[in-house]
Formats: sequence, C-alpha cells, structure tokens
Amino acid sequence: MIQAAGLRRTYGDTVALDGVDLHVRQGEIFGVLGQSGAGKSTLLRCVNLLERPDHGTIAVAGQELTTLGERDLRAARQHIGMIHQHFALLSSRTVAGNVAFPLEVMGMGKAERSARVAELLELVGIADKADARPGQLSGGQKQRVGIARALAGNPKVLLADEATSALDPGTTSSILALLKRLNAELGLTILLITHEMNVVKSICDSVAIMSGGAILESGPIRGLLTTPGSRLAAELFPLPAPEPGNVTITFTGAADEPVISHVVRKFDVDVSILGGALEDVAGGSVGRLRVSLAGAETSAALTYLRERGLIVEVAA
Amino acid sequence: MTWEEMVPLLGQATWETVQMVFWSTLFTVVFGLPLGVALVGTSREGLFPSRVANQLLSLIVNIGRSLPFIILMIAVIPFTRLLVGTTIGLYAAVVPLTIGAVPFFARLVEIALRGVSGDVVQAAHAMGVSRTSIVTKVLLPEAKAALVAGITVTVITLVSYSAMAGVIGAGGLGDLAIRYGYQRFETPLMIATCVVIIILVQLAQSLGDALANRLAARR
Repeated sequence: MIQAAGLRRTYGDTVALDGVDLHVRQGEIFGVLGQSGAGKSTLLRCVNLLERPDHGTIAVAGQELTTLGERDLRAARQHIGMIHQHFALLSSRTVAGNVAFPLEVMGMGKAERSARVAELLELVGIADKADARPGQLSGGQKQRVGIARALAGNPKVLLADEATSALDPGTTSSILALLKRLNAELGLTILLITHEMNVVKSICDSVAIMSGGAILESGPIRGLLTTPGSRLAAELFPLPAPEPGNVTITFTGAADEPVISHVVRKFDVDVSILGGALEDVAGGSVGRLRVSLAGAETSAALTYLRERGLIVEVAA
Repeated sequence: MTWEEMVPLLGQATWETVQMVFWSTLFTVVFGLPLGVALVGTSREGLFPSRVANQLLSLIVNIGRSLPFIILMIAVIPFTRLLVGTTIGLYAAVVPLTIGAVPFFARLVEIALRGVSGDVVQAAHAMGVSRTSIVTKVLLPEAKAALVAGITVTVITLVSYSAMAGVIGAGGLGDLAIRYGYQRFETPLMIATCVVIIILVQLAQSLGDALANRLAARR
C-alpha cells in the first residue's frame, strides 16, 4: 500500500534519511519506532510529500507521488489521511467545522457535507461535541476530531505523526483502540511513527526500528521477535546485558508447556533464572527468559529447547 | 471663549476626525491586508516563497515606515491632488493617512499571520488544500483576533495622524487645536480637544479589545 525506495533527505550537513526503504502492506498497522532525531518524522512527511526527498520514490496505493504536479499531488493527498501530535485543529472553527474543512476543499455540497460530518463524528465517538470549539475539548477528544477529519476523504491510508505522544496513558489506550477498530472495520492501512514501545506493542502488526536516518530492522513483529539478535526484542524486554554463557530463551504463543522443568528432569543440568518478562504483542503473548545452565548435558538441553520451537540464544 | 461657543466647534471637529479615521482605516485595511499577506507569503518559509518579491515588498514597507508622518503627508501632496482634486479638507487627508498607515498595518498583519501555528498550515497541506485556500481558509480566519487587535492599534495611530493632518488644513480636532489652541491661545479649547482625543482613543481601544476577546474566547 505504501512503497518507498531509496529515500534520502538531508538538511545542510544533517542526513535525516539515509537511503530508507519502506513497504507497508494493505490493511496492516505499521509502526516506525525511534528516538527523536532518528528521522522517523521526516520519513512520515515524505510519504505524503510534505517533505520532498532528495532521492527516492514513494508510491501510495499504487500511485507514484514524486512525479506528480501540484494539482495531482493535492488530489492524491485528499485520499491520504494524516493525524498530528498536537492535533492541528483550526481554532476558529467548531468541531463539525473542522471535520467539514477537507470536504469543503474537495468541493462537496453543503447538505452532503453535513451528513458526512455527522457520520464521521459518530464513527469516532464524539457526535455530542459537534458544536464545541477545539479549545473546549480534552486532548483525547481533540485527537478524535483529528481522526474524523483525516477520514473525511475516505482515505485508504492514514499517517499518524506521534498521534498519542501528547496524551496521558489512559487516553492513549483509548485512541489506540479507536485506531485499531478503524483498521479492522474500514480496512484502513495505518502508518504511524512513535517513540513509545507501548504503541507498537498494543496495535502494530509490523514495525521498523529507526536510528540515525536508517531503518535497522523491519518486518512483522512476531517474526522479528523470534529472530535471534532482534533489537525489537531487546528493547521490548529490557533484560540486563547477558554475561558470557547466559542463555536467552524467547517463546511465543501459550507458555503452557513446562519446558524448563522438562529440561531439568531429562538432562543433567541446573537452571538458574536470571530474569524474564512476558508481553502481549501483536495479538499474542511473547516471553523472554534469561537463564544460566550448568552441568554436563548443557548443549543437549539447548538442542532439546530448540527442538521444542523456542528461540535460544547463547551469549558469547 | 465660552463653553457654548466651544461645543459646536468641538462637535464638528470630532465628526470630521471620526470620518477621516473611518475612511483611512477602511483603505488601510483594503491595501495593507494583502500587503501583509504578501510579506508573509513571499518569505522563505511562506506559501509563495520569492526572495526578490519579499525583499522588494519589505523595502517599500520600510521606506513607508521610516518617513515621519508629517513629512510624508507633505511629500504626497501632488499625488493627493491627482487623486482627489484638492489638497485640503478631510477627504484629501485620507490619502496621506492611508499611505502612512498601510506599511504600519502590513507589518501588524505580518505579525498576526506568523502567529498562526505552522502545524495547522502543514495539516492543511496534508489535506491537499491549495495555497490560496490556505491563506483564505486557514491563515486569515485563524489570525482573526490578532488582526482585530492590529486594526485597533491602527485606528489609534490614525487618530493621532489625523490630528497632525490639521497642519495641512485637513479639518478635524488637530486643525481645531492648531487654529484656536495654538494660534489664538485658547487654552481651554486646547485642553478640551485633548480630552476628546483621549476619549476617542479609549473608545477605539475598548471596542477593539471587546471584539478581539470575543473572537479569542471562541477558541
């Protein structure tokens, strides 16, 4: 749905994007995770060409954007929704007026417009605030208005620029739940950037980790977590740095099989648990356990664990 | 001079001042608003960036701002005659008043528009809004309260300019103060004129504030 290749963008001597490729599949929620200054905001703004890359191509819904003229680009943007960290609502308009704004620009007639606005406000659960001014709303309500406005043109793609970073944790969850619901109900493809692991964990199907203008790793979350040496796993489970010989076991799905006690019973090993965590990610639970094994049959025990489908990494 | 003699003089002069200020404010907004929009629009991060146009506009505005009004007023007399056919009277005064206030107001418009958050402008771009629509549907409406405050300051400046225009026979309170207060030593009338001007300024400021507050409260 979004296909970007070889994106490069510099500001003077600063390289914001250093040859970034991005592939977001239709219907998924794709998160770009990174610290501020990693280039993720530039990447997002390149997707609708708010920022023009120095090199590279961007196609959204099969349409190459970098070659479009101003008028065609405007038309294309009307079908790419965007929501913003600080909501970017027009303070001079009511809630309904804000949602009507993109429709006005598209040239929709007044009657049709007000019906569509009512429908959108209903969809994001804020129909009762239609006549309020943005200044009278809470952050979560403002973002709901932002989402309704972004959906006005029936976009296939929604770009979310740190959409929950200005919200408190409770409100963040409710906005994330709304995005997830829109993703499921409308088949909306969502590309979001965030510095919060929590956002990735709760709604993303795929993730790209960015640093220094480059994507370090990317792909479906569960796939990444079960890849040895995954940065995502390391960031998601902040276990202490392993000492040589320590074993890190990653398991997905239900942890109902008592593998550790099996190992201890079957092999001549002692297992000490050094740390561990269990997280709900991408609709399933993923756990990580740091142990140290001692005994004659250590390598046989590790082989056994691998055979059980667990990801076993031994620190060198 | 008795009170009975003063009142009609003051009434007539006040009315002339009000008319002068009204018309010159109207023309100042008509010319100054687009000029201010152009100043912001042509700037480097503006919607229609153009270095040449921006520097040219800025130069024109700065020239207008650097001449003291009393000199500007006399310097534009030939232009006034060309436009109005006469150089005295309140309609003739509207010409230099407008020319003096346009650059000033344009800078105030510039400040007001720069106060609109870049986020909102960027969001409009992301929605596929054209640049002209961003000016008319985003920048100007969002800056409404600041623009009203700018108009208020301009009105007050024009009250003071219009008094100066008394020197070239424009009529109004300035004219009255010069002819009676200065040339005939009518100190009570001089004081009364000052009081009326102060009241006018207070009225303009209160009205402007009330309007700006109402617009701001609706956010």
